[in-house]
Amino acid sequence: MAQVKLSKKDRVSVWWRSTFLQGSWNYERMQNGGWAYTMIPAIKKLYKTKEDRAAALKRHLEFFNTHPYVASPIIGVTLALEEERANGAPVDDIAIQGVKVGMMGPLAGIGDPAFWFTVKPILGALAASLAMTGNILGPILYFVAWNIIRMAFMWSTQEFGYKAGSKITDDLSGGVLQDITKGASILGMFILGALVNRWVSVKFTPIVSTVKLDKGAYIDWNNLPAGAQGVKEALQQQASGLALDAHKVTTLQNNLDSLIPGLAALGLTLLCMWLLKKKVSPIVIILGLFVVGIVLHLINLM
Amino acid sequence: MDLNFIQVILVVIVAFLAGMEGILDEFHFHQPVIACTLIGLVTGHLIPCLILGGTLQMIALGWANIGAAVAPDAALASVASAIILVLGGQGTAGVSSAIAIAIPLAVAGLLLTIICRTIATAFVHFMDAAAKEGSFKKVEFWHITAICMQGVRIAIPAALILAVGAGPVKGLLASMPLWLTSGLAIGGGMVVAVGYAMVINMMATKEVWPFFAIGFVLATVTQITLIGLGGIGVALALIYLALSKQGGSGNGGGTNTGDPLGDIIDNY
Repeated sequence: MAQVKLSKKDRVSVWWRSTFLQGSWNYERMQNGGWAYTMIPAIKKLYKTKEDRAAALKRHLEFFNTHPYVASPIIGVTLALEEERANGAPVDDIAIQGVKVGMMGPLAGIGDPAFWFTVKPILGALAASLAMTGNILGPILYFVAWNIIRMAFMWSTQEFGYKAGSKITDDLSGGVLQDITKGASILGMFILGALVNRWVSVKFTPIVSTVKLDKGAYIDWNNLPAGAQGVKEALQQQASGLALDAHKVTTLQNNLDSLIPGLAALGLTLLCMWLLKKKVSPIVIILGLFVVGIVLHLINLM
Repeated sequence: MDLNFIQVILVVIVAFLAGMEGILDEFHFHQPVIACTLIGLVTGHLIPCLILGGTLQMIALGWANIGAAVAPDAALASVASAIILVLGGQGTAGVSSAIAIAIPLAVAGLLLTIICRTIATAFVHFMDAAAKEGSFKKVEFWHITAICMQGVRIAIPAALILAVGAGPVKGLLASMPLWLTSGLAIGGGMVVAVGYAMVINMMATKEVWPFFAIGFVLATVTQITLIGLGGIGVALALIYLALSKQGGSGNGGGTNTGDPLGDIIDNY
């Protein structure tokens, strides 16, 4: 019997279909429908009888759930196993299901921090900060960069899994993936620190003190020359350090900022973390913060 | 303002794409910065929708589907709030009230997606039956139907808002008093923290907290852009990994356990 091999075209077809892995996500067997949908080009190529095809489809409709991108190396390994099986190797259903289940847990543990908590917040924050200033490059950058990273990752890891076959399970315990996870969480935490400071906005408006400044420390608006000359004079005076007003107003926010800008934002973030750990639903916290915003605004605190 | 027929069709198509992506999580058409911008593009209100998308994206940074847990629905939040922003005709000034509308919509979308995921359970049973016959076509059909169902999940609410029309939406927005809208804007500045808190809770270990502190302090130097900070972060991660490896190989040969002190004690 001639050996059946999956061509590059078959593997590309599987790769494209893996994009739709989560399409029929359900509460019973989660990504199983998408998994079977993804494997169809391979099953078509490897098995010719109706019985074999039915058995293969059934085998791939078992429970499966992982991060949608790191499913790719698992798909690669499964392709290699199915190929061996079709060529007569003793690979049984349990072996295939075992590889799938054995890999999906640890890999989800890498995919979630790497993609959802590092790449997405960083790209998202970059795009959002551009978009908020009305710069159309924001969404374009996000869309292009995200999809290039995703597609390249999925193709290369699927090929890696296909070539490494069942050996990939051993590699998983190796140091490389641990390094990636740790590196991703270091970068992620660093960026989060920066984001909390830059983008969580908590501003207190109460006035702490109003000090009357000495004559000569502020711009004397009444004694400026008229017209453009006056504007020029005022700008020069301000550049030389004169205050705009006769009174120096210090708000609570100024006081907090002189400790370190963003302190209140940090406090708020820590409070949210604590609430989330206490199993308060994020939606409740979000709605609560809106209410707090309205109330504090009404009593002139913010 | 009112939209013409072609614009309505395009808006519904964008909504459909966003709905599909809400489950697939691949091309990211459902991310606010993309979805709102697309709605803005097809309706001719690019800049206000772009700003809305950016602001919502900041709030939604930490929203992710982890395991079987379902995140608040960015797809419905972005699509519906962008349509409301366009219909309201307030331009950029309407962004903060659109944000406030988006949050309850994210919850409503969450419920819709849970319903869809439950219906999909029936679909995979149809797939089981198709598998018994060895029929590829039927398995594919039910899978694609499930994807379309997720698209329709957003397309129908979008069409409903369009059907209600500009008048009622405008009336609703105009009836919001100033204290409410500015209060909501202040709240909007704070809710960003919730997303970050979710992410930090997932990632934080004793080992990586110092990097959070460095990031926080460096961000006060406003001259460093986000890309610049990204560069520093990558460098820090690489340095840390390299250094922790040196420690391991220095006293344990190939047995790098990531715990140099433990290695020393073991080898002693």
